[in-house]
Amino acid sequence: MDKTMPNDMSLEALIAGDRAEFARLVDEYSSPIYRLGLRMLGNPQDAEDVLQNTFLNALTHIQNFEGRSSLATWLYRIAVNEALMLIRKKKPEVNLEDVEAEDDTDDLRPTQIVDWSALPEEELLSEEGKKALDAAVAQLPESLRIVFLLRDVEGLSIKETAEALNLTETNVKTRLLRARMVLREQLSAYYSERLPARSEK
Amino acid sequence: MTDHPHTTCEELLGSLSAYIDGDLDPQLCQELEKHLAECDNCRIVLNTTKRTIDLVQTPLEKPDLPEDVRERLFKRLNLDHYLTPKPK
Ligand SMILES: [Zn+2]
Repeated sequence: MDKTMPNDMSLEALIAGDRAEFARLVDEYSSPIYRLGLRMLGNPQDAEDVLQNTFLNALTHIQNFEGRSSLATWLYRIAVNEALMLIRKKKPEVNLEDVEAEDDTDDLRPTQIVDWSALPEEELLSEEGKKALDAAVAQLPESLRIVFLLRDVEGLSIKETAEALNLTETNVKTRLLRARMVLREQLSAYYSERLPARSEK
Repeated sequence: MTDHPHTTCEELLGSLSAYIDGDLDPQLCQELEKHLAECDNCRIVLNTTKRTIDLVQTPLEKPDLPEDVRERLFKRLNLDHYLTPKPK
């Protein structure tokens, strides 16, 4: 994800309009972009629209790719914009720019203080557990969710996430902290009920 | 900087994310770890936050592109010609 070109792909060929090379690009990145669409929009049909529009857009603009960011980051930026456009169309009431006061961590103060981190994997990732996890991610406000998805789910660096979203790195870090704390609270509420009924400490 | 050597829970919270990412300067890191050694609550918050991130990164949460979606994508892009079975 941090290399400029994946594997042995040729940027020259892509820019020159080599169709076979573009097909390889599609296979390299269609899965993560589809996942991103699914997590952002919440349904397969919209995710497919995001996926198709992203690569149509990429196909049109690949000649203008200047290599200032990695190709992956460039594609993510297109995908994010496509996803946001679709969200705005479907849910005009959603506020994507709601950047909360940068240093205000007041509302982040943890209320769930139960250590469930040692619960076995089978318990944490049972069918029900996975559903709770998905639901918690889906409940994050869009402006936090997108940062969380790119950084923690897809594994982009802070810098790449900032580039893909046109945010400052500081802003990405602030949103990431928020997203993580909100998710932690939600999962704590869920998992603490699954702890064996005994109280140590 | 050394005016307030005792990290508070509040301060720790603000640096938690950067700490998990290994993105904190060494001195701050040390102070934070000192606090963690003495504060059960913060240690629990740290452990459960780390675990939360682990959980969303498990491969189980990363399904591949369905084959029919891939086919429609290639057709939409006029790349049908290259619609060979996906390389591994
Ligand atoms: Zn503390």
